[in-house]
Amino acid sequence: MSTFTATDQPPAPTAPAARRKRRVPYWLLLPGILWLLVFFAAPLVYQASTSVQTGSLEDGFRVTWHFATYWDALSEYYPQFLRSVAYGATATALCLVLGYPLAYLIAFRAGRWCNLLMVLVIAPFFTSFLIRTLAWKTILSDGGPVVSTLGSLHILGLTDALGVTEGHRVLATPLSVVCGLTYNFLPFMILPLYTSLERIDGRLHEAARDLYARPLTVFRKVTFPLSMPGVVAGTLLTFIPATGDYINAELLGSTDQKMIGNVIQSQFLRVLDYPTAAALSFILMAAILVMVTVYIRKSGTEDVV
Amino acid sequence: MTATATTRGSGTDVRLTGISKTYGAFTAVHPLDLSVPAGSFFALLGASGCGKTTTLRMIAGLEEPTTGTVELAGKNVTALPPYKRPVNTVFQSYALFPHLDIYENVAFGLRRRGVKSVKKQVEEMLELVQLGDLARRRPQQLSGGQQQRVAVARALINHPDVLLLDEPLGALDLKLRRQMQLELKRIQTEVGITFIHVTHDQEEAMTMADTVAVMNAGRVEQLGAPADLYETPRTTFVANFLGTSNLITADVLGTAGDAILLRAGDTKLGLPATRCTAPARTGEKLLIGIRPEKITLTHADDAGTIADGRNRVTGRIAQSSFTGVSTQYLVDSSVATGLSVYEQNIERDTRLVPGAEVVLHWNPGHSFGLDAAQNVEAGTDVEAEGAG
Repeated sequence: MSTFTATDQPPAPTAPAARRKRRVPYWLLLPGILWLLVFFAAPLVYQASTSVQTGSLEDGFRVTWHFATYWDALSEYYPQFLRSVAYGATATALCLVLGYPLAYLIAFRAGRWCNLLMVLVIAPFFTSFLIRTLAWKTILSDGGPVVSTLGSLHILGLTDALGVTEGHRVLATPLSVVCGLTYNFLPFMILPLYTSLERIDGRLHEAARDLYARPLTVFRKVTFPLSMPGVVAGTLLTFIPATGDYINAELLGSTDQKMIGNVIQSQFLRVLDYPTAAALSFILMAAILVMVTVYIRKSGTEDVV
Repeated sequence: MTATATTRGSGTDVRLTGISKTYGAFTAVHPLDLSVPAGSFFALLGASGCGKTTTLRMIAGLEEPTTGTVELAGKNVTALPPYKRPVNTVFQSYALFPHLDIYENVAFGLRRRGVKSVKKQVEEMLELVQLGDLARRRPQQLSGGQQQRVAVARALINHPDVLLLDEPLGALDLKLRRQMQLELKRIQTEVGITFIHVTHDQEEAMTMADTVAVMNAGRVEQLGAPADLYETPRTTFVANFLGTSNLITADVLGTAGDAILLRAGDTKLGLPATRCTAPARTGEKLLIGIRPEKITLTHADDAGTIADGRNRVTGRIAQSSFTGVSTQYLVDSSVATGLSVYEQNIERDTRLVPGAEVVLHWNPGHSFGLDAAQNVEAGTDVEAEGAG
């Protein structure tokens, strides 16, 4: 091994040319930075100021640094916060359980069907999120195929007992909302999982088998650890939007399944209490940021692997 | 070193019987029998796509043979999955686990077999391959040569009965490759395990192996010690693939004692009958082969000084190139065009330039005879590809 010294470097190009060259990346970044400033940073600042305003629609809102709004919002709506996190986490876990085998199959076993299967995974995106969720409303309705099937199999009694359904109904229960979330965000789990699984060199599996690892051990010690980037990306891409989602709870749930997204939506659009709505948004954002940071820290270290 | 003391001479013989592999209509390996003696360094040599890697993978259990059996130390292991075979592989691209450090990569096999305290063994093994101070690095932080040594350590630590090496030096540059060849040979001598080495590099095979099997198009062309293969190739493929050969088509005139007399054009040539693998019937054709470095080049003016009893061919130098240790000539003659001659740079005859009339002569005992029904060109182009 040799150590490189400064003299090994090619001679530096002349100063102005070099400076121009060095600026190119910044110029390329400019549109993205402008976009973020206008559509992300500015609304964020605006919402932050809204959240500490007081007043009414008639008299107008003024910044009074009224931080109590945060406390009031949290103490009034913490059940919806907890429910959002619980639903989001459950849907994420279900997506992982459903999505991992599917991604594994597509990455390693599908062969020439691989591309077709990936298209099928993405196919739901070709129709609107709203339409698809409305379709679920029909499918899960009281006289619909799901209820009659589950009912005749006596599964609904069990789910009623567990508290995820109620009164032999599926619609307007936690089950329907979590299923809706799972369904809608499943592709966000499968895509990163597939990408990270597909990148794994097949020879690593062979090497593991050659080194006395049984098929299950190969998965546990090689495949799964190497797919961790996909697992982390997939769970984040599922958990973050699922926790903030309000469409599924709106269309598939009742008032008992309201999530924090529904509260924010109604505060903004119906109650017109902008400070509370803004404060709730910030609490949600902060909570998700904290959870995500802890999660990434954990999964970044080898003890998760 | 205890790790080596306990494994010394513990090699196992490998026996392949009627083993073959077909993928649909394509036959990767034709039914072949191969017997690798315990403790030997065995090389499977051939151009890419000749079936050598498939053969190796069938021994490892990574590929299921279409027909035939694999036996290790007399035990049929054909139906055993790779993780139940006492065999380990050093993969072409090393296939080190990128999520584990060097220590854990080397410990992988021991841990899978439930060995409790791996520390001592791992450290000893890392010492053997001189990587003790890099134990906590990740594979991608290592150079190609270091990764290669980790791959060897990761396989050897399991004390396999047989170590399989699939082009383990292919990714290294020439200098490092030469160094690792000697290193691997040293390790093999030290641990005494049976090594089966797959390579397309004929020089590598000859340097390292006790026995070389030359494979071509899914078949073993010839098997033997490197020197035997080189000195007495039995097919034109082996003659051309291992080094370079001059092959001259000649008519059999008859036999005299233990020599076969041949005629190519108006030139008479001799060949010991023991060095001819094809039946020599008077009136039929035969290929006579001679290695370029065994030919001496004499200027036509000095033809009288050539000793009697040597095979002589007259010709004219078409090309010469100076390579340092030797000068390589291409000579056109009446018996064949483009005969190769390598002359050591000892006393250079300044008259030996393109256009010069020369006599090529060699000891008949250095010639070899081949069946003339074969393609004279077999193995010439693949060698160029293999060397690349």
